[in-house]
Amino acid sequence: MTEDSYNRLKEIIKPYLPEDVSVKDIDQQSHLINDLNINSTHLVDIVLDVEDAFDITIEDDELEKMDTVAGSLALISEKRAVN
Amino acid sequence: MSTNRVVVTGLGVCAPNAVSVPDFMEAISVGKSGIRFFSDLRDFKFSCQIGAMPLIPQTKINSYFTPLQLRNFNSAGILYGVIAGMDAWKDAGLKTDNEAPDFDSGTVFGMGTLGVDKYRESLYQVDDGNVRRLGSTSVQQTMSSGVSAYLGGMLGLGNLVTSNSSACATGTEAILTAYERIKAGKAKIMLAGSTSDGGPYVWCGFDALRILPSNYNDNPQAASRPMDANASGFVPGCGAGAMVLESLDSAKARGATIYGEILGGHSNSGGHRQGGSMTAPNSKAVINCIQGALADAEILPEKIDAINGHLTATAMDSQEIRNWSSALGLEGKDFPYINSLKGMIGHCLAASGSIECVASVLQLKHDFLFPNVNLDTIHPEILSVVDASKIPFEKTKVPLQTIIKASFGFGDVNCCLIFGKY
Repeated sequence: MTEDSYNRLKEIIKPYLPEDVSVKDIDQQSHLINDLNINSTHLVDIVLDVEDAFDITIEDDELEKMDTVAGSLALISEKRAVN
Repeated sequence: MSTNRVVVTGLGVCAPNAVSVPDFMEAISVGKSGIRFFSDLRDFKFSCQIGAMPLIPQTKINSYFTPLQLRNFNSAGILYGVIAGMDAWKDAGLKTDNEAPDFDSGTVFGMGTLGVDKYRESLYQVDDGNVRRLGSTSVQQTMSSGVSAYLGGMLGLGNLVTSNSSACATGTEAILTAYERIKAGKAKIMLAGSTSDGGPYVWCGFDALRILPSNYNDNPQAASRPMDANASGFVPGCGAGAMVLESLDSAKARGATIYGEILGGHSNSGGHRQGGSMTAPNSKAVINCIQGALADAEILPEKIDAINGHLTATAMDSQEIRNWSSALGLEGKDFPYINSLKGMIGHCLAASGSIECVASVLQLKHDFLFPNVNLDTIHPEILSVVDASKIPFEKTKVPLQTIIKASFGFGDVNCCLIFGKY
């Protein structure tokens, strides 16, 4: 399940990566902005894509938990457990 | 004070009858129509169910935008403007891979309303309490300066990056503004152009004004009839036109192809006085604007070879002809050649001026006049001013040294440009 979520998250992140960053550069510890150089304005789009893909709702005060891949996966897992 | 001469070194167009400059050159030569029937206009009970809109294959769209840029993208005006603007830039032989912004290059790229379909999408989300679902790009797709903002980033522009707006004079005004900036030495290269959204949510207000033809829904290509005795209103259109303007020194230094020179121009307003209003031009102001352009270009009316009119195919066409005649002090066989592109592509609103300026420059470069399509019977009031030999029905080969172009817009605003052969 976690491995599946990880792969789905990578697919979600992929289109937002700048040209010089590949999906292979993503690892669990990656910081979306600092490591993957994703434009910070796109984080809101990633949140929406994650909500759609995992059928969850992420509140505004939870956004900071999605700074890293690992943080995002933890939040997704937590939300899905509630559901 | 010495000023820079300004030349045109690149052209781009996204028009209802062609979406590249070579195709557009062919289309205007043969009088190809871009006007068609729209079933959604019928379903929405528009009186006028026809319009003119560029047809752009998805593969072409994908070659101008990244997949990320196309996510939730729904702004036709930006699409048209980017295609025309990028094409003009490439046509001029200019690069887009500069590491740093080029502080000598900028853009004035105008619009009327931008991203209307995206805006509509957003409004529905808001009304449903779903603000947070708008995503990150609803601002950039709907802000008035969206088209210049997209182009500024794609081209790495570092000089003035702005979008002007003056209704149907927008495109011509964008070129005039860019010309003045280079002339004054404040920029070396300017991308100048304009774009307009189309479709029901843009054209609706004009339908409500009852100024669009309603008797051609089953014969769209015959609907737009500039200067014709049976003209019955303008056909709404959309699209974009663009040109790269450059100081002559810069163009020469680069060895750029020069399409023509901008000799001068002027813009003004009739102030809603003396018969002018929100929707009608003050003729005295129109005449003042044309004469202002002649003075700026330091050219005598007799030296004008051809006029590319605003001529929208309404009852105002005759008045426009009288204004040209008064401004130039010419009539009959002395009147310059005159034509209107709107018979082929309708009235592309904020984009009309830039698309028609591209057509004007092509005529000048290739020494021809495109045909006035749908002109069967010249309006008698026009014939009382201009000899019929000056209004070409067919494509006409003729040596051209100068073309004058004017556009007039709601708000009683006018703009006039004079192009010369280089």
